[in-house]
This record gives sequence, C-alpha cells and structure tokens, in this order.
Amino acid sequence: MVLVAIGIYGLVVKRNAIRMLISIEIIANAANLSLVAFSRSVPNAQGQAFALFSIAIAAAEVAVGLGLVIVAYRLYKEIDVAEFRSMRG
Amino acid sequence: MADPVFIGVAVLTVGSAIVALETRELIYAAIALAISMLGVAGFFLLLDAPFVAMFQISVYVGAVAVLIIFAVMLVRTQALFTMREDRKRKGAGIALMLIIMASLGALLLASGLNGQFGNFSSSEAIDFREIGELMVTYYAPTLIILALTLAGAVISALALARREDITATSGGAEQPSGRTN
Repeated sequence: MVLVAIGIYGLVVKRNAIRMLISIEIIANAANLSLVAFSRSVPNAQGQAFALFSIAIAAAEVAVGLGLVIVAYRLYKEIDVAEFRSMRG
Repeated sequence: MADPVFIGVAVLTVGSAIVALETRELIYAAIALAISMLGVAGFFLLLDAPFVAMFQISVYVGAVAVLIIFAVMLVRTQALFTMREDRKRKGAGIALMLIIMASLGALLLASGLNGQFGNFSSSEAIDFREIGELMVTYYAPTLIILALTLAGAVISALALARREDITATSGGAEQPSGRTN
C-alpha cells in the first residue's frame, strides 16, 4: 500500500505548467501523503504531527503566493510567468 | 493491495490532479484541485488518520480552494486564461515526470521497504490523543512558531494585496480591507 501511494506521489509530482501554485499544492500533498503512510507503517505519531504542521505551512504559503500573483497581475496585467522579465535581478 | 476502495480513491486523486493542471479554465482547475485534495483526505482515512483527514478537508477544501477561486475571480480577464505553451516544453515536462517517476519507483523497490513494512493490519492505529499530546508537549515550540508564521503570512498577504492607488474616501471606512477590485 505504501508502495502504491508513493508511486502515485511520483506520478503527481511532475506536471509543471504555468499553474505553478497548483502544482506546488499537489507536490506538498504528495509529501504529506507519504509522511502519513510512513507514520502508519512505522507506528509512530510524529509523522502525523509533521503532516499537520506541513498542511498549515502550505496554507500560509498559498496565501502569500496568491497575494504575489495579485500584485504581479496588477503590475503587468498578465499572469504568465514568462512575461515577468523585469522581476529578474 | 488490490483494494477496490483504494483503487477508486487513487484514480480520483490522480485524475483530478491531472485535470487541475490540464484544463483550460482556471476556475475548473481550482475545483479539480479541491477534488484532488478530497482524494488525499480519503487516503488519510484509509491510512487510519482521521484527524489529519479532517484537517486536510478543512484547510485545503475549505480554505485553499476558496482562496484560489477568489484569486481567479480577482484577476478575471478571459484572454489571460488561454495557456500558451509550446510542444517542446510540454514534451520535456512529461519526459522529466516519467524520469522522476521511474527513479522514485526504482528507489523504493531497491530499498525493500515494501516487505519490511507490509503488515498494516497487525499494527495498531494511532490515536489522535497521542498526536495532540505530542503537539502540546514536545512540539510546543514548533506550534508557537507555526502560529507566528501563519499570522505573518496572513499579514504579509494582506499587505501585498493592498492597493495603493485607492485614495481614501471621505470617511475612510468605505473599503477597509482594500482587497476589493
């Protein structure tokens, strides 16, 4: 079961498109899933505690990321990352 | 291993994750992401972690998906949502995905974890009281730092999304949040 879970995690990990934020969420969820799976197979509550912390951190990250997206949209009228040339250095 | 519930949840999760990244409309992508998160919560339930599953549902399906939908509505311009991507880049992305998948699978097969930890039914499920106890004793500093991080993130998101170009109206209390567009 852990094997199949991690296989799915591998499948889910790399579908990077312009929608990077959504991909980041999916990757974070795959990591959480493997944390909980290992916490189940090695009977240990720390894995689940870490998964909870990780979920909360991901929520904070999404809030900041969407704020950045809105600011960038306001500056450039564009949400395509390839157009954000002037953000580089 | 061939549990039909497990297969169903796996198909739901992976399928809606792919839909979330491949659909044209960004708002459908947000909804598909919420469905995928529900699938992950189903995995947590299958793994005897109902507390984490409820946390996942309330945070991801309740907060993150709604937040993404709000952001999509704020930046709504129909022309922006057509994805412009070239074939070569997409092919490279899929190849990279396959390489990572294969290497992770090979790593997992080579590590022999499957035979070592295969006995799910024999081990006892973890009670959520244990998690709570761990959180307020050993991980208490982490919990405090996490709370500060969340507060900082919310404040910084508000500060980022604040509009400077709105001059204060007569009372000044007309648009207190500043996030209306």
